[in-house]
Amino acid sequence: MAASGKSTIERVRATLARRNRAERRFKNFGRAAVLLGLLFLVLVFVNIILTGYSAFWQTFVKLPVHFDARVIDPRGGADPETLGSADYGALVKASVRSLFPDVSGRRHRRELGKLVSRGTVFQLRRMVLEDPSLVGSSTEVWVPVDDDYDMLHKGNVDRTLPETDRRLSDRQIAWFDRLADDGRVESRFNITFFTAGDSREPELAGIRGAAMGSFFTLAVTLLLSFPLGVATSVYLEEFAPRNRLTALIEVNINNLAAVPSIVFGLLGLAVFINLFGLPRSAPLVGGLVLTLMTLPTIIIAGRAALTSVPPSIREAALGVGASKLQMIVHHVLPLAMPGMLTGTIIGMARALGETAPLLMIGMVAFVVDVPQSVTDAATALPVQIFLWLDSPERAFVERASAAIMVLLAFLVAMNALAVVLRRRFERRW
Amino acid sequence: MADQPGVAAMETGSLEFRGAEVDLVDERRESRETVGTPFVDDARMTCRDVNVHYGDNHAIKNVSLDIGREQVLAMIGPSGCGKSTFLRALNRMNDTIDGCRMTGEIKLDGNDIYAKDMDVVPLRALVGMVFQKPNPFPKSIFDNIAYGVRIHGLAESKSEIEGIVEHSLKRAGLWEEVNDRLRQPGTGLSGGQQQRLCIARTIAVSPEVILMDEPCSALDPIATARVEDLINELGADYTIAIVTHSMQQAARVSQRTAYFHLGDLLEVGPTDQIFTNPIHPLTEDYITGRFG
Repeated sequence: MAASGKSTIERVRATLARRNRAERRFKNFGRAAVLLGLLFLVLVFVNIILTGYSAFWQTFVKLPVHFDARVIDPRGGADPETLGSADYGALVKASVRSLFPDVSGRRHRRELGKLVSRGTVFQLRRMVLEDPSLVGSSTEVWVPVDDDYDMLHKGNVDRTLPETDRRLSDRQIAWFDRLADDGRVESRFNITFFTAGDSREPELAGIRGAAMGSFFTLAVTLLLSFPLGVATSVYLEEFAPRNRLTALIEVNINNLAAVPSIVFGLLGLAVFINLFGLPRSAPLVGGLVLTLMTLPTIIIAGRAALTSVPPSIREAALGVGASKLQMIVHHVLPLAMPGMLTGTIIGMARALGETAPLLMIGMVAFVVDVPQSVTDAATALPVQIFLWLDSPERAFVERASAAIMVLLAFLVAMNALAVVLRRRFERRW
Repeated sequence: MADQPGVAAMETGSLEFRGAEVDLVDERRESRETVGTPFVDDARMTCRDVNVHYGDNHAIKNVSLDIGREQVLAMIGPSGCGKSTFLRALNRMNDTIDGCRMTGEIKLDGNDIYAKDMDVVPLRALVGMVFQKPNPFPKSIFDNIAYGVRIHGLAESKSEIEGIVEHSLKRAGLWEEVNDRLRQPGTGLSGGQQQRLCIARTIAVSPEVILMDEPCSALDPIATARVEDLINELGADYTIAIVTHSMQQAARVSQRTAYFHLGDLLEVGPTDQIFTNPIHPLTEDYITGRFG
C-alpha cells in the first residue's frame, strides 16, 4: 500500500464507480427482463381475451312459431310419445319461410333453412313437452342462429370478399340484414357455453363437459397424489435408511419428474386400461395417470420442505420425549406444510394443463354428455381446447379462446387457494 | 459427595513434587486418566467406560462419571472436547445422529438406559433437555408447556394441564411476565424468556434429570443471570448436568465440575476445589486461561 503511495480509501474509491455501475447495470437488466416477461404475458392475455370474449355472447333471432297441431299432434290427445317424436323440423322450416314468404325455389329454401341453429328443433320439442297446451298456438320464440350468422353478426365475416370465398352467400347476408333491421336479431349472454357439453354445432357447444371432466380428473389426482406424496416424502426423508436402495429410489424419483408426460399416458393405457380393464376416456384413469405424473413433483417439494424445518424444533420435540412419529406429525409436518402445499399446487396446475397423457387414454373423445362420475366418458379442458382449435368452424376459434380463459381462471383460483392455505398455516404456526 | 480416599491421597502425594520434579509434571500432563472424585455415593446417573464414536472420530474416550442426586454438575472444557456429546449420550439424543456409536454403560437409578428393552420416549421424559439455542415450538406459550404433558398423558383434565402450565412457568420465573399472554406464540418472547420457557417446558413433564447444553450461550448477561438463578433454584429439587463455556457460570451454578479435554474426562471434583486447586495440569491451564 505504501509502495504505490495510495491509501486504502483512495484504492477503494478508484474502483467504487465501476462497482456501482455494475450494480446499476444488473438492476436494469433485471427490470428489463421483468418488463419483457410482463409484456408478453399482457400480449397473450389481450390476444386471448380479444379473440374469446365474444364467445360469451350468442346471436339470437326471434321466430314466429306456429305449433301446428297437424304437424306435431296429428291424432290429438297430446300424448307425450307422439309429441316427443313429432317433426319439429317442419315447424322450424315453416316458421322461417313465413318470415321470407317471397323466397322460392328448392335451393334458396334450403339456404334459408340454415338460418337458425339445428338445436332449435330440440328447443321447440322441449317447449311443447313441458307445456302441451302450446299445441295449436302461435308464439314468438328466441332461438340461436347458426354459427355462420353468429359470426356475421359479430363482425367476423368480411362482406367485401367475393361471394365464393364466404360461407354465406350475398342472399343469406341480405336475409339476415333484413331480420336485423326488423329488430328480430339480438345478442344475448351465451348460457349454453357454460351448461352444455361438446357439440358439432358451435352455437350448441359448451365448456361444462370438459370442466367437469377436468374437475373429476383433478379430484382423483389430488386425493391420490397428495397423501401418497406426503407419506412418501416423510418416509424417505425421516425413516428410510440411507443405503444404495434408497439412493436408487431417490435418483429414479428425480428422473420421473423429467419424463415426458406422454410416456405416462402410454403407461396408463398399458396398465390401467389394458391390464386392469378400467374404462377408456374415464376421469378415473386420467386421474391415475396424472397422479403418476405429479407424484415426483410433490415428493421432491415435500422432501425439500421437510429438510428446511430447523433441526432445533426436532430436538425440542425429542427432548420432551416425543416419539419420532409424534415429532413429525406434531411439529415437522405443520412447518413443512406450506412448502408441501406449494409443490402440490404446482403439480396440480401442471396436471390441469396436461393434454398429452390424456390423449393416450382416450380422453380426447368427442363427448357430448356432461360426465356425472369418475367413470363416465369425459374430456378435460385442455383437450377440449385442442379439439375446438382442430375444428374448421370459425366460431370454434372464439370458443377455444373462451375455454382458455376458463382454464386460466381455474389456474388463478387454484393459486389463490394455495396462497390462502399458506396464510392459514403460517398464522396458526 | 464423598471423596474417594484412595484417589485423592495418591494425587495429593504427587502434588508435593510439583515444580521440583519437571519430568513428573510432564508425565502428569500427558496422563489422560481421570483424577479427582468422579464417583459419588448417592448417584442418580452412573456412567462407566463410556465411548462415543462419530464414524471414525472417537469423540468420548472411556469416560466414567457419576451425577449426584439433586445437585448441579457442570461440564467444562475447550471446544470440541466432547462435553456436549457426553451430555447428549445421557438421554440418547445422539441416537438421532447417523453414524454415532456408543459403548459402555449409563444407568439412571440403576437401570441401563442403553438396554435393548429401554424405550427412548420414557427415558427422555425422565431426562429432560434444554438446548443451546432457545427452541420453543412455533405454538402458543401455553401449548409449548402443555405439549409434553399431553403426549405423555400426565394430566387427566384441562384444568390439571392449566395447573401444570402455571406451576412450570412459576418455577421457571416466567409466570409474572407471560400470564396475560399465554395464547400468544412462544417465539414472540425475548431470547432469555424463550430459554426460560424451554426450561419450563422441560420441568412440566417432571423429569428426574435435566440436561442443559450451554443454555446461556445465546443470551445477554442480564438474561444469563436470570437463567443462572433459576438453575441454582432448580438444583435443590432436580439433578442437573450443565455444559458451559463459561467457567464463571460453572462456578456460580454447580456443586461439582468435570473437565473434558479432547474426549477425555481429565478431572472431576467439587467446583470450589476445581477452580481453586485443580489437580491436573491441563485443568489448571484451562481455568487460568492459558488455552480454551
